[in-house]
Amino acid sequence: MFITPEGKEIFVVDGHTHFWDASPENQKNIHGKQFIDCFYAYHSGLSPKEQLWEKSKFEKYSADDLYNDLFIDGPDDMAILNSTYLSEFYKTGFNNIERNASVAKKYPNRFIVNGAFDPRDGQKAHEYIHYMKETHNITGVKMYTAEWNGASKGWRLNDPLAYKCFELCEKLGIKNIHVHKGPTIIPLNKDAFDVHDVDYAATDFQNLNWIVEHCGLPRLDDFCWIATQETNVFAGLAVALPFIHSRPRYFGEIIAELLFWIGPEKILFGSDYAIWTPKWLVEKLWAYQIPEDIAKERGVQLTDEIKEKILGLNAARLYNIDIAARKAEFAKHPMLIAAE
Amino acid sequence: MDGASLSQLDEVWARLDLVMDPELDEPVTDMGFIEAVSVAGPTTGHNNSTVEISFRLPTYWCSPNFAFLMAQGIKREVETLPWVGQAVVMLQDHMSADEMNAVINSGGVFSDVFADLHPGENLEALREKFDQKAFQRRQEAVIRGLLAQGYVADVIVNLTLADLSLIPFDDAEVTRQCSRYVALLMSKSLAQKAADLAFPTYQGTPIGEDFKPYMDLLRSVRINMEFSGSLCRNLKQSRYLEADTSGAVPILVTVAPSDHACR
Repeated sequence: MFITPEGKEIFVVDGHTHFWDASPENQKNIHGKQFIDCFYAYHSGLSPKEQLWEKSKFEKYSADDLYNDLFIDGPDDMAILNSTYLSEFYKTGFNNIERNASVAKKYPNRFIVNGAFDPRDGQKAHEYIHYMKETHNITGVKMYTAEWNGASKGWRLNDPLAYKCFELCEKLGIKNIHVHKGPTIIPLNKDAFDVHDVDYAATDFQNLNWIVEHCGLPRLDDFCWIATQETNVFAGLAVALPFIHSRPRYFGEIIAELLFWIGPEKILFGSDYAIWTPKWLVEKLWAYQIPEDIAKERGVQLTDEIKEKILGLNAARLYNIDIAARKAEFAKHPMLIAAE
Repeated sequence: MDGASLSQLDEVWARLDLVMDPELDEPVTDMGFIEAVSVAGPTTGHNNSTVEISFRLPTYWCSPNFAFLMAQGIKREVETLPWVGQAVVMLQDHMSADEMNAVINSGGVFSDVFADLHPGENLEALREKFDQKAFQRRQEAVIRGLLAQGYVADVIVNLTLADLSLIPFDDAEVTRQCSRYVALLMSKSLAQKAADLAFPTYQGTPIGEDFKPYMDLLRSVRINMEFSGSLCRNLKQSRYLEADTSGAVPILVTVAPSDHACR
């Protein structure tokens, strides 16, 4: 719960969090090391100095750290915990669904665990989707289209194999498809993070919600164009939001574009924990105003009402979270103290 | 340094200043990508010396085609110096470093090693795409500079090259972007004579009545490029740093031996 300076309670759903194990023991090869090193550079490059973690903690933190940073120190009420496998880089996966489910079980009612699958696995992917539904009752998945798989270095949402999987998701009621679209890495000419495949998939699967993480940056214009046309495409703010600290004016330009094109109902807060922690992000977002000249040019404002939508109401709608019921539940069961 | 004279190193750095990161339209020197420069062989005479330039990118994962364009640019620019026989380019700490260095230094082409990873890659088309973005970003900076100094849209879209050359800018960054903009404008033959429009579109047409939507387009190009640019700067700066949290406030300390070149 975030309490505003005026004393208003804001229900916070953190739309993008992780519980990874990238420790040297779990790294399969140099790629596993370089992958977490790159995440650590995001952390150390864009966090306020007082929020910096040591590398060893960043590589592998405990379930209690996670719970503490999100819900006790942090303002989150609930968090979406995404699964990411990267099986070519990590022995037991980067954050597999069992690891996520174990922390969700330890701290009930706080987490929504999302699954993940790789359409290139064909029939095995279908079996895995069934398994995740039956065992963990997932309602969402996280797609990482730049994942390596044998000779393949990426895939697209509109690949025929992917469509088979999304048909199954639709049938099983797995409605929320989070898609990582981020800075350009290989390969480029078939750029795995190009956002145009979202356009096809969102048109062809109208009953699924497509949440584009990192709002497609650095392809914000392409993303906005697609999300304006498609009612079921949403913007995740992870990675864009930390600029609020290092380059606040630039963050103003991003959020102004999003508000102008796609409106306040389709933007979701996400800390991308453990790259960043939610406390400072939420505090800074609440205190933030778009610089006057940018707001005027785009004719938009970031009002308290809009911030409340971004911080929780929009994600609650996608995940059918009954906020009043949850608040009553949390009030009955005061916060567990971590590290007991 | 290796018996090379300071002026020789300065000459190398001056050539390196001309090499852009194609995605960001910023000099590789300014981005901090150049790690070391050394000169071997006789330091006098013509075409005698070998210059070795090592560079590092913000991450291990940076796109090999971008890296290739930069490596090629570094080699080409340094080899224009009359006393340089050969420039050897060494990309470090990159997933494709070995293949990249081998193909660049033997004068090969991108598809020699990256055909599997980038089937059908057309580096010329990629270069052209980046040229267009660089053009648009530089143009926006200059137009915004003019707007800030009180020029209105109707006047701006009708300014000629001659008019533009007479306008002093208050802001140093706008001045820098203006000279880069005009250079690109001329090299792309989008304006050459004094009476030519200073602000055509990249397709060579006048902006005319469409000033507002046109500026929206330029803004979106800038927002994307700024995202990559500032992310790359941050990642490059922190790539070899780790937090030491033993004190009251965490500080970042270097963990890799730094051989950052000084200039």
